[in-house]
Amino acid sequence: MFGLNQKDTKFLLIVVALTLLTPFLLNPFPTDSAMAQFNAGYPALMQRFAIYGLMAIGFNILFGLTGYLSFGHAAFLGVGSYSAVWMFKLLSMNILPAIILAMIVSGLFALAIGYISLRRSGIYFSILTLAFAEMSYRLAYSVLTPITNGETGLQLNLNDPRILDGAADTSSLPVPGLFGMKMNSTYTLDIGAWSFDFNVGFYVCAVIAILGFYMSLRIFRSPFGMMLRAVKSNQQRMNYTGLNSRPYTLAAFVISGIYAGLAGALLAAMDPLAGAERMQWTASGEVVLMTILGGAGTLMGPVLGAGFIKYCENIFSKINETILHSWFSFLPDSLESVVVWFFARFVGEGWHLTLGVLFMLIVIFLPGGLVEGGQRIASWWKNRGKDEDSSNQPAE
Amino acid sequence: MDAIILQFFNGLEKGSAYALIALGLTLIFGTLGVVNFAHGALFMIGAFCAVTLRKVFEISKVSLDPTKTDFLGKPLEVKTPYVEAWFGETVGSAMINYSVPLAILLTIPVMLFVGWAMERGLIKHFYKRPHADQILVTFGLAIVLQEIVKYFFGANPIQMMAPSDYSGTVNIGAMLGMDIFYPVWRLVYFFFSAVIIGGVFAFLQFTTFGMVVRAGMADRETVGLLGIDIDKRFTLMFGLAAGVAGLAGVMYTPILSPNYHMGMDFLVLSFVVVVVGGMGSLPGAVAAGFLLGILQSFASLNEVKAIIPGIDQIIIYLVAIVILLTRPRGLMGRKGVMED
Repeated sequence: MFGLNQKDTKFLLIVVALTLLTPFLLNPFPTDSAMAQFNAGYPALMQRFAIYGLMAIGFNILFGLTGYLSFGHAAFLGVGSYSAVWMFKLLSMNILPAIILAMIVSGLFALAIGYISLRRSGIYFSILTLAFAEMSYRLAYSVLTPITNGETGLQLNLNDPRILDGAADTSSLPVPGLFGMKMNSTYTLDIGAWSFDFNVGFYVCAVIAILGFYMSLRIFRSPFGMMLRAVKSNQQRMNYTGLNSRPYTLAAFVISGIYAGLAGALLAAMDPLAGAERMQWTASGEVVLMTILGGAGTLMGPVLGAGFIKYCENIFSKINETILHSWFSFLPDSLESVVVWFFARFVGEGWHLTLGVLFMLIVIFLPGGLVEGGQRIASWWKNRGKDEDSSNQPAE
Repeated sequence: MDAIILQFFNGLEKGSAYALIALGLTLIFGTLGVVNFAHGALFMIGAFCAVTLRKVFEISKVSLDPTKTDFLGKPLEVKTPYVEAWFGETVGSAMINYSVPLAILLTIPVMLFVGWAMERGLIKHFYKRPHADQILVTFGLAIVLQEIVKYFFGANPIQMMAPSDYSGTVNIGAMLGMDIFYPVWRLVYFFFSAVIIGGVFAFLQFTTFGMVVRAGMADRETVGLLGIDIDKRFTLMFGLAAGVAGLAGVMYTPILSPNYHMGMDFLVLSFVVVVVGGMGSLPGAVAAGFLLGILQSFASLNEVKAIIPGIDQIIIYLVAIVILLTRPRGLMGRKGVMED
């Protein structure tokens, strides 16, 4: 089905099901229970899972397949955001034109940067892309202020033209929508002690992310994908066989740039403002980390990595010492204060520390990222009932 | 003309910081082949060594002076730092005054230890792993170090003073018959970094140890076959590189008030510097550091900004792009390093 073999179809259907059921899956704990802080099923976070997942999928097409490590993808994210917000300001609050323009602009941008950067490989390529991204970031702050609105960031205004929308009411700022469906409208379903949020914005992002995933699945399985993998394993040999690999890597670069621009447009569609800090190198670094953490070159890895980082960022940073005290209140007082002090370093403002420690642990013990961890657990599960001598078989 | 000379000196001072950090990065990359994203954090730890030392010196004994009263009518509290009580007032206050240069003595052992511990505890296991893994794990380490420093010293920048003899300005244009006033400490920083850079090069060039290390950089396997334990020496070089970064940080504190994320701010620039200089080339790193520092300073001249708006923000990256496209291996890069 869908031009895929049976195994991939099954995989795709599982991914679709998981994505569409996200509001249920991420809200496993009843709303009033103590564990409710670990619920991630609220609209803003779910949207971020889908958007950054999409961006990581795109980044993986470049990095996972060709091995070219770009440190400048945040520039495309930022360009996508800016063009989307301009579309909201000038044309219409419908997200379709915004998304289309963002994809075109970021694609052209990626074409220009990629054409120059791909003359070099290895770390030189990384530094070139980093330099371009930092230049865009700094220019957005300084000279390009008429387009980007500098430090304030680009925002909607009541007196923006919005040609297609015509004379809407001008008392409050309009909300981006898709043919009348407002992005921020949410239907809350209460079942017993649980409550689940179904948000239009999340489902728009989710559908686009699924399409993006499907595209990437097709690319992974196509001759074009094979060519990209060949570039990763031995570019020199490809060149010696008389094949110019540059068009292929450039295509991969542009495709992943378009993914990033699309993600930027979706960020703007969920919350219509665009700031230059989206283009900073730390933002590029975040995508790299997501992809490697999840497992570069695997289909699901980048999405898992994106979810993992965004989950840590949003959930760990919310926990404070009072909550910790309530968790450990069963311990004797002296021990409790020690334990709470220890864990308080890792939550709240210290969530960066958690992130740093987790990076190190995952890279040290699971070089293939979270996907490899999953595979190891799966193979252990399969082998657990068998004889001991079968355990020395290589996993995977 | 005045402005040009002033910006030239500014560039020298900025360039010396870039050059010192880039030198350490290149030492690590050239010897161990590891891309160390925690190098900025080492720079920051050095800076906080100075902060720590001053805080230690300023620990005071509080005594009541019955002859004076404060505005509430209570006896005035007099704080005497312990160093003044122990070493006498002149020596004690001089120690507090000179806490930044004195911190060098603290920084060297601390950084050598940190470098040694990092290499033995973590980096050692990553020699054979891909560069992406090295970047990720050292990046994680940098975040952890940063958060630890943030816990102990808070998130705000801590202002540090240069010794009072060096905190003023000096007229550097006097010889040319012009009045150009320039902060003394920045000149001190430049000379200090020149000494450090010279020291590192002399160490590598004129000692047997340095010779073996250079041989190891050129061909690690052959040096190993000659019966030399090159790993041990490389570990020491890692400590040395950490020390250079730490020293760069200590002396930079009066120029830039240390905060916990200063390392990350310098890290990206230093990587650009290293690559422009050529991966694995020590003279290249130093030359590129000064080149980019001076160019950056000149680009922030108002006359230049009037011609090309915004150039001061992007000059470093622009130069990096031009150099990388015209000189494939950077200014002085060796063939075959990081080319795959």
